[in-house]
Amino acid sequence: MRIEMEIERGSTSTVEAPAQETETRDEDELDIPWQVIVHNDPVNLMTYVTMVFQRVFGYPREKAERHMLEVHHKGRSVLWCGVRERAEFYVQQLHGHLLLATLEKVV
Amino acid sequence: MEISRKGEALEISDLDPFLAELLRQIPGSTNFDGESEAEARLFTQPSNEKEICAEWKSYVEPELRRLFRSATETVADDLAQLNGNEKSFRSRTLAIPFEHADAWLNALNQARLVITAKYKFSDEELSDHDRSPIGSRRDLGLFQVNFYGFIQEFILREMQGD
Repeated sequence: MRIEMEIERGSTSTVEAPAQETETRDEDELDIPWQVIVHNDPVNLMTYVTMVFQRVFGYPREKAERHMLEVHHKGRSVLWCGVRERAEFYVQQLHGHLLLATLEKVV
Repeated sequence: MEISRKGEALEISDLDPFLAELLRQIPGSTNFDGESEAEARLFTQPSNEKEICAEWKSYVEPELRRLFRSATETVADDLAQLNGNEKSFRSRTLAIPFEHADAWLNALNQARLVITAKYKFSDEELSDHDRSPIGSRRDLGLFQVNFYGFIQEFILREMQGD
């Protein structure tokens, strides 16, 4: 679509109409919570993983250790749950510390 | 070899030439060129959703690459203290400024992950800390993973004030 537009000197110019996003996400989809999951990895040290959980999520040491042990014994642990943008931020931080982490929709 | 906290630095003293050489190899060991599995381990997929992975590759991965490179460069600069007299059998001392501790943890982790991916060490091999002696390049790789882990443990202990 094109729009004719008057400019100061009285001549006309043609400009592109602003692009409109046609893809929409319904409210239900936006409300779906996401979870941050850390997966087991035989290389990362247990003390290192605990420190990263404390640092990234601000968890007290005991809670961070509980999650670390869950990762170690069960293969994965859900560290956090909430909006997607925040989950992406946390996963980026965890990848920055070289932990195996993913974000998944809560089903 | 002795490790201790000296003021605002972590000091590794009485480093014999072999261990000094292993430390010097940290930056080189983070290099994953030609090792697709190692690269895949450093830059893992964040999700099963294609859209998220595509955005990640464009926007997040370059940031991670910069972060990892910066950590490795910091460690390489610190390791310059060990340069010179490489052929001497004299013991050396390395001082790691405490403010570089995060960079060291990161670079050591990169090195451990890349070496592990390169030699495809199994969980059993990684947990066998009594394995000896070093008879091949692969054995040396496993020793490096354990030695770098030992250094990481020490840095972590000092960071947490244990």
